[in-house]
Amino acid sequence: MVEIEINGKKIEAAQGSMIIEVADQHDVRIPRFCYHKKLSVAANCRMCLVEVGDVRKPLPACATPITQGMKVFTRSKLALDAQRAVMEFLLINHPLDCPVCDQGGECELQDLAMGYGRDVSRFNLGKRAVSDHDVGPLIETEMTRCIHCTRCVRFGKEIAGLHELGVMNRGEHLEISTLVGRAITSELSGNMIDVCPVGALTSKPYRFSARAWELTQRPGIAAHDGVGSYIYAHTIHNEVKRIVPRECEALNETWVSDRDRFSYEGLYHKDRVLTPKIKRNGHWEEVNWSDALAFAAERLRAVSDTQGADALGALASPNSSCEEFYLFQKLMRGLGSAHIDHRLRQHDFSDENQFAAYPHSGVTLTELAKADVILLLGSIVRKEQPIVAHRIRMASLTGATVLVVNPLDDTFQFNVASKQIVPGGDLLLGIAKIAKALVAGSEKIKPSAAIAEFLKDITVDDTAQQQANYLKDAKQAVIFLGALALNHPQAAAIRGMADFIAQHTQTTLGLLCEGANSAGAYLMGAVPHRLPGGQNSTKQGESTQAMVLSEKINAMILLGLEAEYDLAYAHRAQKALKNMQTVIALTAYQTPHLLNYAEVILPITPSAEMAGTFVNMQGDTLAFSALTSPQGQSRPAWKILRVLANLLAIEGFDYQTLEDVQQEIAPHLTTAKPTQRWSFAAPQLELAERLRIAPVPIYAQDPLVRRATALQHTPDAAFGGVRINSAEAQALGLAQALEVLVRQQECEVRLPLVIDEHIPNGAVYLASGIPETRDLDGAYEAIYLEQVVDNHA
Amino acid sequence: MLKHLKHWLKSFSLWELLKGMSVTLRYFFAPKVTIQYPEQKTPKSPRFRGLHALRRYENGEERCIACKLCEAVCPALAITIDSEEREDGTRRTTRYDIDLFKCVYCGLCEEACPVDSIVLTRIDDFFMDKRGDQVITKQELLTLGDKYETQIASDRAEDAKYR
Repeated sequence: MVEIEINGKKIEAAQGSMIIEVADQHDVRIPRFCYHKKLSVAANCRMCLVEVGDVRKPLPACATPITQGMKVFTRSKLALDAQRAVMEFLLINHPLDCPVCDQGGECELQDLAMGYGRDVSRFNLGKRAVSDHDVGPLIETEMTRCIHCTRCVRFGKEIAGLHELGVMNRGEHLEISTLVGRAITSELSGNMIDVCPVGALTSKPYRFSARAWELTQRPGIAAHDGVGSYIYAHTIHNEVKRIVPRECEALNETWVSDRDRFSYEGLYHKDRVLTPKIKRNGHWEEVNWSDALAFAAERLRAVSDTQGADALGALASPNSSCEEFYLFQKLMRGLGSAHIDHRLRQHDFSDENQFAAYPHSGVTLTELAKADVILLLGSIVRKEQPIVAHRIRMASLTGATVLVVNPLDDTFQFNVASKQIVPGGDLLLGIAKIAKALVAGSEKIKPSAAIAEFLKDITVDDTAQQQANYLKDAKQAVIFLGALALNHPQAAAIRGMADFIAQHTQTTLGLLCEGANSAGAYLMGAVPHRLPGGQNSTKQGESTQAMVLSEKINAMILLGLEAEYDLAYAHRAQKALKNMQTVIALTAYQTPHLLNYAEVILPITPSAEMAGTFVNMQGDTLAFSALTSPQGQSRPAWKILRVLANLLAIEGFDYQTLEDVQQEIAPHLTTAKPTQRWSFAAPQLELAERLRIAPVPIYAQDPLVRRATALQHTPDAAFGGVRINSAEAQALGLAQALEVLVRQQECEVRLPLVIDEHIPNGAVYLASGIPETRDLDGAYEAIYLEQVVDNHA
Repeated sequence: MLKHLKHWLKSFSLWELLKGMSVTLRYFFAPKVTIQYPEQKTPKSPRFRGLHALRRYENGEERCIACKLCEAVCPALAITIDSEEREDGTRRTTRYDIDLFKCVYCGLCEEACPVDSIVLTRIDDFFMDKRGDQVITKQELLTLGDKYETQIASDRAEDAKYR
């Protein structure tokens, strides 16, 4: 500790910290533009000049480390004169267009100009003008306003990990620019809008729609990934105008992903359904709530009376709140059915009884910084969980080794020490190779009979050996199972094998589940085999896949999901739902497909318009309240479920307020970190000869984000086509083809073909959850590609 | 004693009455100030704060840039503005409503306007015959501005040297 004096006040501070850090901690405000606590020090704006003890010249507070006995004066004449002079220089070229600038009212330059600027400029020569760049659908540029603080450049380089913005030219001609014609593609790019102290980078969707001073700021929780980023929503006239990060050091720090930031646009999409509807004699009618609910109850009764409660099924989106999950499962179990699930895209449920109380990420995001080896197993983590990817990057920058076992070769924004791209989507083979290398390398490791049997025929290659060595030497390793592993048809065996590795090395195994509230769904009993609180259910229900494909279910309630996008077997699911006697959709959006298979539409609110609770992947309970009131006649799903249960005469649904529900679920929200253990059993399912690898693109994860207009115009949302490597294309006789006929089960779709060497042999990359593939089937099933025979040609 | 005498004399000579009548007589011959409104109107200061108007530039482009400073400064919350990006990329209002019943004609909106768009004109004799008509819209305000632009411009020019 060092003792310094700021403006005559004695302060103790840690050695090596900069003056500005100490001042910030003690509420001494030093003006600054280029300094940002999460970015490196650039000291190029010179706004934070302060007077230091005996030094004759003023020193930049952001780049001057404190020393014992240092005397700092932030408001002395020397300091103020220096700050004033810097301000005058900055204002030479900055345009006076505050009235049309979106930053106006919340602009750091504007604020400081009020304090330091003169009302008359002494500069009477021509001002500089810089041409703008189109950097994509999310960020609007107005580069004349740029004061070259380089916060955005440093953000790209240090946080996002993509050097997309850079400083070009020198002196008067200096400008911030992308590479010619390039867009900014980082999934954290929206944060550049926040770090920009002036109006050079502003939000494109928000552009000109409101002013900072008329917005109301409401705290919320982002509902798209397992992190549950803290956000603020800025609202006016009951409408969300923009989302900005709310600082939370344990989760999202000061950042928020673009998906969380721009998805609010989906709230006002034309697909929003705002009145209850029922289908009578094949025609949709808008009805009032009581009629719709009575009709829904009557239809459910009709099925359960004639075919028994086991003919009722329920599927919920993993983005639903705990309260919704709880009431949903209580309703279903009250009716006598245990068929409820939220694991919409998973295929392998054979080890579901081995799951802990809820799927945990193994380590918290802060603990991740201490990990020295991180193995990503089947995860395109950047696109699945952008904030986790950022944390992994931070860990990697401080020395952690990142290993990857993936079914396709994707780029990462951090250094990957060793990459195993498994052919044919065979993730199990990839992880088994590592296990074999570990077993071979140590006599102490005694594999179980099942593992020994499975490892018998596996040959270890160099990459696997290398990865095994890293894991063996690790002091604190983490294995993350991503969506590609969790949704894999051999997911159980993969988990078992990963767990075997984890047990015999210093490794924690964690799951990166999809959706905002997967953990909450388990805790609330929205799984067929568990009751609330994680107790095993005596009555085992069917999983998603069995419910949709078994033809035993004749009445289905859907909560906040779209079968054509959110289920892994889109085509069969739609067909199955169409054949059911009734489908009751609690949904915020209607689509032609939904209108085709549903019979009742009960408009619910997305999580932005209701209060509730999420449990994120590290077990934090995150309560949130509504950002705006519900639009039209839409209502929070918990209210609808409550009334529906009342109409079905199910006991225990006498809740008056959400607090009543929360009181009831509180005992089940014990979110102590569970011990996750899976034992290995050889997979029952053989992988297809040519496997479709179908990750869900980042902006197709849930109904809300699929309707966020700006996000849908980003390169990430563009359809990537059917991707195979050139060797495969050659083998299939598709080397010259631009289009290909894709066959799965009974469906056929013509899609553009892209030759991509990042795809290994035996695998076909074709995303799911997007309009182009909603009529296809089986996200991780066999896929057949054929040449397009054009009869007209 | 003298006081009583003075009072007595004044009472009998009807002095107070004559004094009053003299005022009447003076005004009888004084120039008249009554005007025949509405045929005749009193002169007004160029600073007069009457009905609002939105001005345009000479090339016909509306001045207002939807900065919402007038809305923010309005003490009576009489102004409502919605804005968006126009096709040419400029910031423009889609709605500019002034509630004339709420307005206190303080002129702060005009003071706040960075582009001299919203102004208070000399018009003080306006009426509305339907409920709801007191909210004047952007189109009406622009029409007023177009109609009285010459007057508005000369008033601003006259007052410019004191600003």
